[in-house]
Amino acid sequence: MTTEIMPGLALQKVDERIMTLNVGPQHPGSGHMRIVVQIDGDYIVACDPDPGYVHRGEEKMAEYRNYITNIPHLERPVIHDSCNVLYPYVLGAEELLGIEVPERAKYIRVIASELNRCIYIMYWLAIYGIFLGHSTMFMWPAGDREFLIDLMEKMSGARVTHAHFVPGGVRNDLPPNFEDVCLRQVNYFEKRIKEYAAVFYDNPILISRTQDTGVLSKQDAIRLGTTGSVLRASGVDYDLRVKEPYDVYDELDIHTNVMKEGDAYARSRIPWLDMMESCNIIRQALQKMPKSGSVRTKLKPNPKTKIPATVYKRVESGRGSLGCYIVSDGKTEPYRLKLSVPSFRNLIALPYLLKGEKLGNMPSVYWSLNYWPVEADR
Amino acid sequence: MSTETQPPDVTPKEKPTPAKKPEEKPVDLPAFEKGLSDKITEKFGDKIEVAFVKEDRVRINVGRENVHEVAEFIRDELNFDHVESVSGVDFPKDKEIEVVYHIGSYTDSSLSRQILVLATRAQREDNPIPGKDATILPTLRNIFYSVEFHEREIFEMFGVFFEGHPDNRRLLLPEDWADLPPLRKDFDSRGR
Repeated sequence: MTTEIMPGLALQKVDERIMTLNVGPQHPGSGHMRIVVQIDGDYIVACDPDPGYVHRGEEKMAEYRNYITNIPHLERPVIHDSCNVLYPYVLGAEELLGIEVPERAKYIRVIASELNRCIYIMYWLAIYGIFLGHSTMFMWPAGDREFLIDLMEKMSGARVTHAHFVPGGVRNDLPPNFEDVCLRQVNYFEKRIKEYAAVFYDNPILISRTQDTGVLSKQDAIRLGTTGSVLRASGVDYDLRVKEPYDVYDELDIHTNVMKEGDAYARSRIPWLDMMESCNIIRQALQKMPKSGSVRTKLKPNPKTKIPATVYKRVESGRGSLGCYIVSDGKTEPYRLKLSVPSFRNLIALPYLLKGEKLGNMPSVYWSLNYWPVEADR
Repeated sequence: MSTETQPPDVTPKEKPTPAKKPEEKPVDLPAFEKGLSDKITEKFGDKIEVAFVKEDRVRINVGRENVHEVAEFIRDELNFDHVESVSGVDFPKDKEIEVVYHIGSYTDSSLSRQILVLATRAQREDNPIPGKDATILPTLRNIFYSVEFHEREIFEMFGVFFEGHPDNRRLLLPEDWADLPPLRKDFDSRGR
């Protein structure tokens, strides 16, 4: 009788020089995941990321719910970026159900998703700051994102999990006087984040810890299929808002931030530059938005897709390209729903980047990947 | 009135006769995407089936014995360089599991809007023993490096073993998971 050992439970052979360390899942520096690193002295020789501690089966849950009741749970993977994580699903459901979206709703969606991008990046920046031991950089973004959270609360009624996008538009129209308040808050927000340069991005301690650490070359960034800020920090000019514009992004003037270095410093700087670009986009959208009109095409109570079809939509989220693949068999629920999330795609770069780095550089490389463990697990 | 209703009646009758969709209305098809699918049909002929040609999306269905060859052609000749998403879809009625690769390109700027959908199907077993039954597909990891974690996820969620993949361990599920692969249709999440 043979007893079979499960793959993850087998004991590893111990070497005299090599030591195996489990970083996480309880370790605060690892997020909700475990990173198994093998170290030789102070240098990492191998790294094996082990996600899955916050796997909630979002894709399976989506098969039991109809196109409207899927909305609140599908934004759970990234609650800080909940509009963007819902965006490709909503676009896909609109194509399957054959609904047109009013013009004003498209602009509201763009404003909401840009606000959410900033809210997410500020949260990430706070974590990145604290794990590099820079506690001011934890306090400032955590405080400043409140301006934008207040705006989202005015718009949707909820601070983080908005469930604001629905197939056919957005749930509610903007409250009166929102445009003025939004413009004022965003202008102040932009002024505030520009001050981060002096305390964080031009800080010699940050530069010495991140420059030339974890360098990802352009060829490898493409080969590994990375996305978002990781890809653009390695010199690839690719932003879906420009390359494959959805909703009204083609009517707005968008600049793509690209850096050539590919190190942890470039990867941490790109999201910060993205926030300023988001402020620009919000100002343009506020100006071009129709001042009145419908914001939602009403659906039947339990909408059905007309024919069996598949659709793959993608948007640029706070972390990169986020895709949603929906297979429909003509019923009220999706037959299969797959979220292709940027965190999961960028995770493959982690073992590659950590090999040969010092153990002390692990937080700066790991968090520079703009990685959100809950999203990767879904 | 009767003269107006007659022509639409005639066209649907003719529609089911041609086997391939792209040949029905060549006028409506976007030219660039048609060019892509034509290059692949020219090379492989009957081995592949063009499922649809839409704006920015071309879908190609391939048998599992040819998927490696077609993927290599897509990378080398058509300049697609990374896989964005790998999805499994379970079809218990057909006794098959479909694996869908969404392939994109960063290097070729004319392809930056395009997603090439490559779908293949593996045989499905009613009582799966993941990794040890006939649900096997060739891996694309040696062609597109970016599928590494995606294929590991498909293996644990659907029980499709990727032959030639260097690292076929669990990724998201617990190590001691001993139930059915959870994204199969016969795994009912209600009442568990």
